[in-house]
Amino acid sequence: MSDPQVSGLSPQVSVPGPTAFGQPGGPSVRQVRDPFHGDLLEVSMGPQHPSTHGVFRMVVTLDGELIVKLKPVFGYLHRNHEKIAENTTYLGSMPYTDRLDYLCSMSTNWAYALAVEKLAGQAVPDRAQYLRIIMAEMTRLVNHSCLVGFLFNDLGTSFTPLLYAFREREKFLDLFEALSGSRMMCNYQRFGGCRVDPSPAWLATARALVEGYPRFLDEYERMLTGNEIMLARTQGIGRLDGVHAVNAGLTGPVLRASGVGYDVRKVDGYGFYPRFDFRVPLGAHGDTYDRYMMRILEMRESVKILQQAFRDLPAGPIMDPKAKIRGFRPKPGEAYGRIESPKGELGFYLISDGSPNPYRYRVRPPSLINLTLLEEMCLGHTIADAVVILGSIDIVLGEVDR
Amino acid sequence: MSESAPAPLPAPPRPERTEGFPAAGNLTDVEREELRRHGILLTSLEELYNWGRSNSIWPLQFGLACCAIEMIAAATARFDIARFGAEIFRPSPRQADLMIVSGTVTKKMAPQVVRLWNQMPEPKYCIAMGACAISGGPFKQGYNVLKGIDRFIPVDIYIPGCPPRPEALLHGLVQLQAQIKGEKLKGPDAARHTRPEEPSEFPVPEYGAHDLEPPKNPAVWTPPEPQGKA
Amino acid sequence: MDTVEQLHDRLAARFPAAHVAVVTNPGPAAEHSLLLDPAHAHDIALFLRDDPALRLDYCSNVTGIDWPDKEITDTVKTSVPDPAGGPPKTVEQKTVHVQPGCLEAVYHLYSMALKHGPVIIRLRTANRTDRVALPSLTPVWRACDFQEREVYDLYGIVFERHPDLRRLLMWDEFKDHPMRKDYVEPDDYEWEPTAHGAILEKAKAHQSAASPVAGVADPGPTIKAPGSPSPATARPEARP
Repeated sequence: MSDPQVSGLSPQVSVPGPTAFGQPGGPSVRQVRDPFHGDLLEVSMGPQHPSTHGVFRMVVTLDGELIVKLKPVFGYLHRNHEKIAENTTYLGSMPYTDRLDYLCSMSTNWAYALAVEKLAGQAVPDRAQYLRIIMAEMTRLVNHSCLVGFLFNDLGTSFTPLLYAFREREKFLDLFEALSGSRMMCNYQRFGGCRVDPSPAWLATARALVEGYPRFLDEYERMLTGNEIMLARTQGIGRLDGVHAVNAGLTGPVLRASGVGYDVRKVDGYGFYPRFDFRVPLGAHGDTYDRYMMRILEMRESVKILQQAFRDLPAGPIMDPKAKIRGFRPKPGEAYGRIESPKGELGFYLISDGSPNPYRYRVRPPSLINLTLLEEMCLGHTIADAVVILGSIDIVLGEVDR
Repeated sequence: MSESAPAPLPAPPRPERTEGFPAAGNLTDVEREELRRHGILLTSLEELYNWGRSNSIWPLQFGLACCAIEMIAAATARFDIARFGAEIFRPSPRQADLMIVSGTVTKKMAPQVVRLWNQMPEPKYCIAMGACAISGGPFKQGYNVLKGIDRFIPVDIYIPGCPPRPEALLHGLVQLQAQIKGEKLKGPDAARHTRPEEPSEFPVPEYGAHDLEPPKNPAVWTPPEPQGKA
Repeated sequence: MDTVEQLHDRLAARFPAAHVAVVTNPGPAAEHSLLLDPAHAHDIALFLRDDPALRLDYCSNVTGIDWPDKEITDTVKTSVPDPAGGPPKTVEQKTVHVQPGCLEAVYHLYSMALKHGPVIIRLRTANRTDRVALPSLTPVWRACDFQEREVYDLYGIVFERHPDLRRLLMWDEFKDHPMRKDYVEPDDYEWEPTAHGAILEKAKAHQSAASPVAGVADPGPTIKAPGSPSPATARPEARP
């Protein structure tokens, strides 16, 4: 891995060697020609596997239990979303964006609506902006708690933290279903606003749920954060330093765990995020434990944002009155719209040629690009650690393969 | 009976079978219920075998896409698939008897699905959960999307929805349990797994230059005849 | 942060041999981009990444675009004097020429160090058929690794000096490049329960081929009468 040509980095940046068990110069790769050493074993983990978070395949070459090489294989859920979008109208692609990152449909809808509004120069009324932030932050709460649940599944707790996470998730899904008609595939945002105005009862229930969420977080953390098995298995595992993370295009909590403070909500200030007072947590070590703590801390910040949003939600229309719904043909041009989804920077790149269908529709998938350094993070660790590292990166295959 | 006895009376007509509660032997269901209240259980081997199988179906841990999340939600505390005996999702196909195909089956994944099906021992069942597994769903126009998993393996229960609610999955599971309870072990319409001429393994498609080869298995699936307007 | 024109001037001054052009974006988003020539793209990319004023260390998005050959009709109107002495007539002369298409790779660059962006650069191939090579920018930004593989898979652009150029989403034996505009997908629309739109047309093609019934113009979607088992759902023993 020290050959810059192979690693893809220019000679100015050197790639660190594999670390194992925190010892410098730990177990290194042994020559295959050694007569007293056995062969390397190639194991295909996936695409059907309890721990690969969907149909993801890793072809892992093992020296005993240590990983020598790891090649991910994608495409098992490649559903041709971009090609279908070229044959569908702009609005017709909105339900497909639900199914990209199927745990976070509200924020994926917003990313697509943002890109189209940028392309068409469409304004969005104030109430809709606040509602979008409310939905996106509630989605962030759901996603992060479920991610922690799935991560602990991979650590071997076999379902218990996930049951707690899904208990809370069900409360949010009930709200989403009452508002948009579907638990998961909400199809809620439109170009120029939102589809449905929540009733005062809905807002009251949501507000009460958000107010009670820190107590659930305290319960969750009491169960998990100080657990010594979890600490032993996640601290120092899968270290990722900030320079390589930036060069590899990683975004989201994975990047911030390595100490790089880049959050699209703060940098771009899309929507009305500049009006909200929230912090962006940063990690110091870039290991799996830091990536886990990122999610916990971000959930607490999301609760703060939601409290402010409920307090300041203005009255008014939820759709721009000049928004064109039928016969929507944006002028020829292109636009790249991005948001900070719970997984990272989710972007949509659209090229319009004046027709009702986009000429080119591209999804910038955070889950795929966050996997760029998976091999580097896993080298020298055991196969059990590889599962935990993959779990901490937070991928959803619908987004990886589109 | 001595040989000099008169000709035996014709046997009394067998009692009618009522739906959902097949009678054993020559007793009516009312009589069986009466006996059961006195603590005497009369059953047939077939019924006992089917009852045991249907109340402990172990699904394969096999989620493909969005429907997998609803499948996981069905296994969580609110919807609780454990009530139906199916909470043990086996990671290995060798230990599972139900494959819930939840999510879009792409052409890249299809050989793996068929291979997993082949590795499951009989008796095995397949539920196609969600529109994508039934017929390709919203991604029907995709070049990489298999238009329904029943092109390669036999499907027992179809659950429409995108995604179907966890209650819908549980309803499908209950229907599968009813189907299993109604299976017969002998006779012309015996269950599929008891008949050696029925294949339990199917040929795995290969990756071709432009499509899977073959794109479908004609022994498993033939498109139905179109019905023209009169 | 420079505007696109300022950046263009800096690049033209720094790399006089390179052909850098500004591509204006006509829509309201006004995200203009720079068209680089492939020979100097790698050096320009290194400059964009390492220059202290730019520090574009984050490549956010790599997109492939297919621009097929376009037929352009030029109409030239000339006025021809009337030999009979009347007013001059205008004659239209139409010439059709084919503007050759190309494949394009678009890179969206941001700076995490200085928190500015985007700077959008474009690279175009010579044509869509045999000269489809572009330099890979993976040695500059590792973020391009998987995305360039995907562009190769779906569009067919060959990225030179990419460390591991193979298909990403489709299987290795697959031969086509599916996102191209002239890709013809395999036809497996024999049975469509709720056919509509384009899929209905494809399904009709199968159905009319299967049962050519005289006088029936539209066989319609296959709606089953309730109670009739379809071969797909019936148990094997119930099939006739």
